[in-house]
Amino acid sequence: MTWYPFDTWIVVIGALSAVACSLVGCFLVLRKMSMMGDAISHAVLPGLALAYLITGARASVAMFLGALVVGLLTAFFTQWISRLGKVDRGASMGIVFTSLFALGLLLIVRGADHVDLDPSCVLYGSLELSPLDTVSLPGGLEVPRTALTGGLVLLINLAAILVLLKEWRISAFDPSLARTVGISPTFMHYLLMGLTAMTTVAVFEAVGSILVIAMLIVPPACAAMVTQRLGSMLIVGALFASGSAVLGHVGALMLAAGLGFNGASTAGMMAVAAGGLFLFTALGRLGMDRFRRLSADA
Amino acid sequence: MSGEAVYAEASVKRAGWWALLGFGLLCLLVLVPLMERLGLWHILLLKDYNTRLVVLSTTLMGTACGVVGSYLLLRRRSLMGDALSHATLPGVAAAFLVLVALGGDGKDLGWLLCGAAVTGLLGALLVTTLTRLPRIKEDTAMGIILSVFYGFGVVLLSLIQEMPRGSAAGLSSFIYGKTASLVLTDFVIIFGIALVSLVICLALFKEFKALCFDEAFSASLGLPVKFLDRLLLTLVCAVTVSGLQAVGLILIIAFLIIPAAAARMWSARLEHMLLISAMMGAFSGWMGSTLSATLPRLPAGAVIVLVASGLFLFSLCFGINRGLLVRYLRHGRLKRRIERQHLLRAAYEILEARAGSTGQERFIAWPELLARRSWSPGQLWRIARRASDADIVERLDSRGLSLSPEGLAAAARVTRNHRLWELYLIEFADIAPNHVDRDADSVEHVLGQRLTRQLEQSLPEHLRGGVHEVPTSPHRL
Repeated sequence: MTWYPFDTWIVVIGALSAVACSLVGCFLVLRKMSMMGDAISHAVLPGLALAYLITGARASVAMFLGALVVGLLTAFFTQWISRLGKVDRGASMGIVFTSLFALGLLLIVRGADHVDLDPSCVLYGSLELSPLDTVSLPGGLEVPRTALTGGLVLLINLAAILVLLKEWRISAFDPSLARTVGISPTFMHYLLMGLTAMTTVAVFEAVGSILVIAMLIVPPACAAMVTQRLGSMLIVGALFASGSAVLGHVGALMLAAGLGFNGASTAGMMAVAAGGLFLFTALGRLGMDRFRRLSADA
Repeated sequence: MSGEAVYAEASVKRAGWWALLGFGLLCLLVLVPLMERLGLWHILLLKDYNTRLVVLSTTLMGTACGVVGSYLLLRRRSLMGDALSHATLPGVAAAFLVLVALGGDGKDLGWLLCGAAVTGLLGALLVTTLTRLPRIKEDTAMGIILSVFYGFGVVLLSLIQEMPRGSAAGLSSFIYGKTASLVLTDFVIIFGIALVSLVICLALFKEFKALCFDEAFSASLGLPVKFLDRLLLTLVCAVTVSGLQAVGLILIIAFLIIPAAAARMWSARLEHMLLISAMMGAFSGWMGSTLSATLPRLPAGAVIVLVASGLFLFSLCFGINRGLLVRYLRHGRLKRRIERQHLLRAAYEILEARAGSTGQERFIAWPELLARRSWSPGQLWRIARRASDADIVERLDSRGLSLSPEGLAAAARVTRNHRLWELYLIEFADIAPNHVDRDADSVEHVLGQRLTRQLEQSLPEHLRGGVHEVPTSPHRL
């Protein structure tokens, strides 16, 4: 196992994307909407397909916008169906994202039969190849495009959270209190959905969907078990996210080297690493609880 | 529920049924000629061997998913299918790796399905374990299982892709589903699993019903709640795994959720819901696969899901239990009843204020009524006209209105209910007399006969005198 600058870039890109996801994910976990990332990443297919069919080019701004619009629509439809039809929110999420995915599949097959537009490999980026696509910054520095994307999304999320920290805190824990002190929970909900859609689309276009789904949920869940405070939950979640990015890439390299392969999926391995961290955190938390109970008894 | 409310409910439902009937006729008028032209009858009646398997498989799949999905929906676990179906990926990949390591070609359907079932079930059971951790809710647990298992599957697949012998091409088609290429073995597997899960669901109907509606209560009855819960997850897992090929990974999730959610719009009874859900699942499977077999370039899985979501949209609008139309009508009826009762009470209180006027002089001028409540002249006119259609108001002109004898009796009854409730609040809930008007206002419209009788029994001293035994108002009017 040898470490190239290439590997450093993969870890940096993975960590930037992961932290961006985990910041938003903390609020999704608190609002019991963890599956939103999964739903959006499937549901944006018709947006991607339409943009692709209209512009005929991959990795364009149009595609990002198409996906973003459909991602927001997913959130809107989910909310409408669950409110109007009194359907359980999970179920209405399932109805919306599977229908949109089917629509996207139909569009692709009908519209682009001659083009091989496999959603899993053409539309979604891959982390392993992302350092190859570089742009040069003014200072003469060559930086992968996806690192810029990840960094930008991270900055936007961080800014949105820091500017509205009080509002987020109140509406995440107590929507009715938020209403009484004059914060519109609806606005905060759709702002959160907007950030989620933007993060999901940007990150999976850059590095693949599995990383988004995992990083939106697993690091925040770890953080929720470690701390009760929102601020420290955000920080701990970000630490867990970057930790799983590093561990994931190292794990992928070691697994491949150990079994005699050229390489294993880094994004998949990052998800597995996050799962491993979650397992450790859960065991640690249970151990702590037992220790506290025993020392309280004694 | 009072007699009036039962009647209103029945007529609302009747309106729903008429809407459905009209829509059905319209569909027939459009669909029959269309199917004639496309030659669909040939396929719908299963005359073609190639499509017969596919259509039968998806129809069976839809039936089984509709039934199992209904239980999932009622347990608020619809997305369990999502988590579970993603969790099958590492199982498929691992089974493939093991088979290749043992020297096989790795594409043995039975073993791959077994692998999928093992990790799928493991994932589903782990979800319930994870929710016992501090601060981990069910949705988070599902998300963790989904992403970590799927990630692991992706890692294994990336290894398989580099293997010299077994190409992963067969595996990805296994995951995405190739409905058009179903063979007899697939059909047998789907048939067997659908049949078994349907039989289990029907045999344990009562137990599952108890589990869905009140888990704690069923546990106290001595039902093996944990076992039933796991059995249900096993059924979901079996149906999901057998359907992976028929409709694909994402689309099996739709099959588990959409027919059940649509059926809930039609009935509140579990028996009916299961039946309707099964029928909707079967219909979307049958229609979707038929359409995809007839027309060029329509992927079956996607068409099936779109047919199902069309059914859901239709149910959302016209379903007679929770549909938007029925709820709108119901709401309108309630609103009109409340408005009429407000008019009656206002009229009664005005008449009451004129001493001894319950006999001949029943005419009330508009300004008197307008002063009673915050309603606009237009609103009041609309309410009064509706009341005159219902023979409650005798005379209605530009100066005012007068109640009919029946109207007067109804007005007395409404006022009586209002005051009884006010008195009850003052006497038993210790609410100040000048506060009870508002509270009574929101309750008086839904007082049934039994409740009124109970009120009468608990407040006998207030019911003396007057033609209609209306107690005097406890507060200034």
